[in-house]
Amino acid sequence: MTSLFEVVTTETPVDTPVRRITVTVNGKKQTLDVEPRLLLAHLIRQGLELTGTHIGCDTTHCGACTVLIDGSPVKSCTMFAVQADGHEVTTVEGLTSASGLDPIQEGFRDEHGLQCGFCTPGMMLTAKALLDENPDPTEDEVRWALSGNLCRCTGYQNIVKSVLVAAALLRAKDNVEEDEAP
Amino acid sequence: MTVDEVKIGGLGARRRRVEDNRFIRGMGNYVDDITLPGMLHMEILRSPLAHARIKSIDTSAALAIPGVQLVLTGELLASRNLAWMPTLSYDTQAVLATDKVRFQGQEVACVVADDPYIAKDACEAIVVDYEALPVIVNPTQATANGAPVIRDDKENQHDNVVFDWEVGDKDGTDRAFAAADAVSELELHYPRSHPSPIETCGSIADFDRATSKLTVYMTSQAPHIIRAAVAMVAELPEHMIRIVSPDLGGGFGNKVPIYPGYVVSILASILLERPVKWIEDKTGNLISTGFGRDIYLRGQMALRNDGKILGVRMHTDSDHGAFFSDAQPSKFKIGLMHAAFACYDIPVAHLTARGVYTNKAPGGVAYRCSFRITEAMFFQERMVQAAAEDLGIDQAEIRRLNFVKDDDFPHRTPFGFLTDSGQYGKCLEIGLEAIGYEDFLKQKEEARKNGRLLGIGISTMTEPLGAGNSREYDILGIKMFDSAELRVHMTGKALLRTGAKSQGQGHETTWAQIVAHELGIPADDVVVEEGDTDTAPFGMGTYASRSTPVAGAAVSMVSRKIRAKARKIAAHLLEVSEEDIEWELGRFYLRSSPDSGVTIQECAMAAYTNIPDGMEPGLENNAYYDPPNLTWPFGCYITTVEVDPLTGVWDVLNFVAVDDCGVRINPMIVEGQIMGGLAEAYAMANMQFITFDSEGNCVGSNYMDYLLPTAWETPGFELHEVVTPCPHHPIGAKGVGECATVGGPAAFVNAVIDALKGTGVRNIDMPLLPDRVYEALTEGHDVSGSPPIRTDR
Repeated sequence: MTSLFEVVTTETPVDTPVRRITVTVNGKKQTLDVEPRLLLAHLIRQGLELTGTHIGCDTTHCGACTVLIDGSPVKSCTMFAVQADGHEVTTVEGLTSASGLDPIQEGFRDEHGLQCGFCTPGMMLTAKALLDENPDPTEDEVRWALSGNLCRCTGYQNIVKSVLVAAALLRAKDNVEEDEAP
Repeated sequence: MTVDEVKIGGLGARRRRVEDNRFIRGMGNYVDDITLPGMLHMEILRSPLAHARIKSIDTSAALAIPGVQLVLTGELLASRNLAWMPTLSYDTQAVLATDKVRFQGQEVACVVADDPYIAKDACEAIVVDYEALPVIVNPTQATANGAPVIRDDKENQHDNVVFDWEVGDKDGTDRAFAAADAVSELELHYPRSHPSPIETCGSIADFDRATSKLTVYMTSQAPHIIRAAVAMVAELPEHMIRIVSPDLGGGFGNKVPIYPGYVVSILASILLERPVKWIEDKTGNLISTGFGRDIYLRGQMALRNDGKILGVRMHTDSDHGAFFSDAQPSKFKIGLMHAAFACYDIPVAHLTARGVYTNKAPGGVAYRCSFRITEAMFFQERMVQAAAEDLGIDQAEIRRLNFVKDDDFPHRTPFGFLTDSGQYGKCLEIGLEAIGYEDFLKQKEEARKNGRLLGIGISTMTEPLGAGNSREYDILGIKMFDSAELRVHMTGKALLRTGAKSQGQGHETTWAQIVAHELGIPADDVVVEEGDTDTAPFGMGTYASRSTPVAGAAVSMVSRKIRAKARKIAAHLLEVSEEDIEWELGRFYLRSSPDSGVTIQECAMAAYTNIPDGMEPGLENNAYYDPPNLTWPFGCYITTVEVDPLTGVWDVLNFVAVDDCGVRINPMIVEGQIMGGLAEAYAMANMQFITFDSEGNCVGSNYMDYLLPTAWETPGFELHEVVTPCPHHPIGAKGVGECATVGGPAAFVNAVIDALKGTGVRNIDMPLLPDRVYEALTEGHDVSGSPPIRTDR
């Protein structure tokens, strides 16, 4: 048997292969050098320091790492960062705009749609993708849309309610904007 | 002048949660979100085999990978006397394996490297030579003649029995059975499950050589216990250890124990003098950390023909895995199993319990319950339903007949606990009314005629909460009080710290509401902090629904101490004696002239600017609360289901929950806790279990195999409430976080068994997977999930 432990003094190798990518994250275009095997979730969390995207299961099941790629929900723990080259990524940090919280965030807060908060960013982004496509979903449509995101705290009932409330808020907002349009 | 309690966010206010402001923005601060300068990353190499001797470990290839800083094995740890650690159940557990591995997923070696990818690469490069040994995966195998001894590391261990324990009155119970009209018997298995919070376990250990201070950021539901344990085990001075538990992505009991990963990250940081981060992957979490349940029951009930229960006999065989590291602080070997039948007026009972070692993951935790109470209540309610069925009595009627009556409190349970309050009959009636019991029975009969299988199941539960009074509880000898420290600043704003640790329960919101209730300071003016042992008062953490019963009580008590001092200041400001003033929410006033008074905020300012002679300045205090008794919330859960006879699939038609958790601080949060608990109850009844093949391979090591319900499967729940205040809690609260998980499962199983009425099926073990239900239905026999328990006792 070799020695059981040994402090190795060599530094991280400098010959790690890298690829240059350009991604737009929350509206900000960035050019980055990444290892080809780097997962998108790790790029977002460590590279870009956007830690609102969480990692739960490593196998695409729990949905805590859900982000939007060109508006569609994608589980970033099983996508390589290089695959995001040329695409637009939206994370939970991109939900809040200069004018304040997104109605989805308001819905989750007002309807007690979260407890520990770990699944919440992924839930909200999946909900956003749903409401962008279907502004007036039924309860079943909401439940089906969220079925790729796991929550262990809430029993989902309040999450579903949050999304329905958010949908109503968004519709009300759109009506106001239409009325105000010249 | 009077302050409106609901407006200031006091008791009963559906106050929006304070913590949500950061969570909905993605601004939470979980362990993996923390990055320290110079931080290294640790990865664990786990055993692929469930039982094997380690012949050799070759780490040379791992050490040769650039970026690897340290490789640790059991042998190195042994040279520092750290290869084994004590458990919370007074056993020992391997930190890194030395002699042999005893379960699949056991920690064998650790790599510390510059980044987590390199650490994973290096783990793959470690070569371990194993010699496979025979594997034991259940109590029957563990206690068979000639079974290999799993714990041959322990000098006096010659078999696989962890404990043999009994409680109750054996002779009296025997007499009750001899005098009974009928005996109802049931054998059940409560399968192994995993709490599986979405966030796994992890730690960042940061040892600072210059100050000799060790800071550990970690996923812990009980940071002060960790500090005490590190001080005692690693012999580091306690004042030089700081444990910080930041935001936790769920816990459910999984984050109470001390895991090898935490320990090795600490050791690695001390050796390397750099911060070392360990974040467990999901498989590591599911196959090696604290599970729940895994227990077999043989239960017998002595009955009178009219349904009166005369006595109960229970025997349990529990599977503790390779090390007895149950995180349970009661002084009873099988936790609160003997709190079974507390809501029924039963004269006598006897319980025998045997625990065994197997080649499965160790670390039984109370998965969203007080230790073993989920199993106790499941067994109780399944036995009561079977008894009703055997005697041909209505399942609601047998409960009505046997419930402890409202005016019979305090009541001594058959195993000796003292319950203090409840309205069991009222809860049941509300539930029956809400579900439309009588109508459903008719509907069920009609449906039968058309070949449709409808069923209704009732479950009730009492959960002994508030772990715990020091007569019945301790951890490593430490009494299980909890604590609160309150500082009221001069402008009347306040800082509250407690020894509990929220994992989603919303303490930052509710604790402030208790302060608002006691002092009239608006909840928005109170900031709550928990989880940092350098700042929070010593407390035992959050699990077993203990926070409101214990830490919540401490918040009340410390607020009352503040109010007592403020009263003296108020008397000084009003230039009268203390006896002449009265308190109303937020204000002291002159009894003789109610318009003359001072607010709590004016008293706070005076505490720093205008105090009476001889009084200490300032307005802050702390309180340590050791509860006089457990609290006893009650719940009644009723569900209707339809079983598809062609597939065995069952659907929930309606679900009604009636919870009596005493006074509700924030009803919105209470309801959230109940709905979350019900979803887990549904999960256990329907799909969620961890099982093993005969070679000890964990079948359920990832979310593809370990089924958790999604929004699609999870039914909706209708909630009702009854409030019976706890007589000994300062604000009458009882705790609620787990009640629904405890009481829920039996409702689903009772309903499915009811739907199968007439087929001769008395039991299907959880989870009620379609194939099990289909087998029971088509073959007309019980379906057991695992080998039966030995019946030679």
